[in-house]
Amino acid sequence: MKTTWRPGRWLIILPPLLFLLIFFLIPFAFAFKISFAEAAPRVPPFTDVFSFTPDHGLQLSFSLGNYRYLLTDEVYGVAYLYSLRTAFFSTLICLALGYPMAYAIARRPKSQQALLLLIIMLPFWTSFLLRVYALEGIIRDNGFLNTVLLQLGLISHPLRIMRTTLAVYLGIIYSYLPFMVLPLFATLEKLDPTLLEAAADLGSTPRRAFLDITLPLSVPGMIAGSMLVFIPAVGEFVIPSLLGGPNQLMIGRVLWDEFFGNHDWPVASAVAIAFLLLLVGPIAIYQYYNVRQLES
Amino acid sequence: MERSSPAPLLTVLFFGIALLYLPILVLIAYSFNASPLVNIWGGFSTQWYGQLLHNRQLLQAALLSLEVAVTASSGAVVLGTLAAVALVRFRHFRGRLLLTGMVNAPLVMPEIITGITQLLLFVSMVQLFSWPHRGFTTIVLSHITFCTAYVTITVQSRLQSADRSLEEAAQDLGATPARAFLEVTLPIIAPAIISSWLLCFTLSLDDLVISSFVAGPGASTLPMVIYSKVKLGVSPDINALASIIVCAVGACIAAAGYLMARSDRRRALEAQLAAR
Repeated sequence: MKTTWRPGRWLIILPPLLFLLIFFLIPFAFAFKISFAEAAPRVPPFTDVFSFTPDHGLQLSFSLGNYRYLLTDEVYGVAYLYSLRTAFFSTLICLALGYPMAYAIARRPKSQQALLLLIIMLPFWTSFLLRVYALEGIIRDNGFLNTVLLQLGLISHPLRIMRTTLAVYLGIIYSYLPFMVLPLFATLEKLDPTLLEAAADLGSTPRRAFLDITLPLSVPGMIAGSMLVFIPAVGEFVIPSLLGGPNQLMIGRVLWDEFFGNHDWPVASAVAIAFLLLLVGPIAIYQYYNVRQLES
Repeated sequence: MERSSPAPLLTVLFFGIALLYLPILVLIAYSFNASPLVNIWGGFSTQWYGQLLHNRQLLQAALLSLEVAVTASSGAVVLGTLAAVALVRFRHFRGRLLLTGMVNAPLVMPEIITGITQLLLFVSMVQLFSWPHRGFTTIVLSHITFCTAYVTITVQSRLQSADRSLEEAAQDLGATPARAFLEVTLPIIAPAIISSWLLCFTLSLDDLVISSFVAGPGASTLPMVIYSKVKLGVSPDINALASIIVCAVGACIAAAGYLMARSDRRRALEAQLAAR
């Protein structure tokens, strides 16, 4: 017998739907609108895009200046490219490190898996900001790493890691590694072991069986994990701000400075919209694999 | 996939885990350093912890953050559970795709974008309805938005694996659908709801970027105060504060994980007994 709660249904669906619509989706429309405004010394600090003339006519003052500015000022292009490149390579390194980790966990006995996953996820849930700060304690010029290496006599001068691109890479890998391991584990765990046994019975070496069966079947997990690292990494603010120097200009930092430093809200909105357009592809890929995984 | 793991795999696993934990452990160790110089060990001391108690700015920010976290995670748990029920129980309804998208997108949306778009919404709303004023309310609203996603994902997977036939049996015995859900299914998904509340609590307590945008000039949450201090360099009292937060949050999460694991085990056991 199957009963549906027809009358009460919308009481359940509407609250989250409306809330997310108002506070997640509609804000993008406002950002889009304000990206066509101009900065002005008033509260809030931008001009009206739509306004009413005294005779109740609608007046449009629409400026493409912010977007033109994004295209002409070099900083934005440089920051976009730097963010994309940094996020891309850190994602690759996370994948190279996270895959064996997820694979190792998937091959442990079931009783240990939950504990190992908890160990991997625990740092992710503990404060992001404080973990970046903790990493700074390791890689500073007089930090833990340099102190140990100097004491051991392996180096004679402290390594300069802080305020370099390497520091940003380390920060992203350190912060986002758990995001890679989790979806990878989820796909590897579901893998049917009889497939590997069949391959072995048919004379396949473990290495071949891994390359021919495990690797292709874990592609969805690799993509989901990569997107979970790549997308937030492109927009990362805390890591380049705390660990990077003036040359580690990522788009999140540019947006932050535009907003809090220059108080230019319209330009900041335009940066956000342009950035969002850049992310539509990766987010769509993530959603596609995510929905497919949930349905299965 | 249960087989023995070769040594190289385990090595990478333990290297990875060490990488994740080393910075935190070093930080905790240095929080007990008597010397204010961060690279020299000057003996064991708890003085930095004592100093925290006299820092009014930090205490005020911590109080605000706790209030926000409790309110936001409670709100998110309600909305997220409703969304999970809608997505799992109602296969077809108008707006289903929209809801799925809006539940998943905040998980990957860069915080900086969410932050600025929400601020622009709040500012425009104030112009139209003179509400909400920036501060506690706006921080809570934006935290509910991203926390709801985490609740939905957690509760959704729990609800999917919950046995529907129990609820149907209750209905056959005369319970209304709502009552059957509340008395049969809600207890089954309760561990997921409790643990997602704890997760939201920690996420809210940790948020810097979104809060910085929507908080406005008056209000400062704990991460905002920490960030402005950390920006100036490493300081021993921040080490102490960080150690407290990391340990408290770690305990919360371990409790949440334990709750989930225990109820999973119990369910597995019940399933085994039922199968006999």
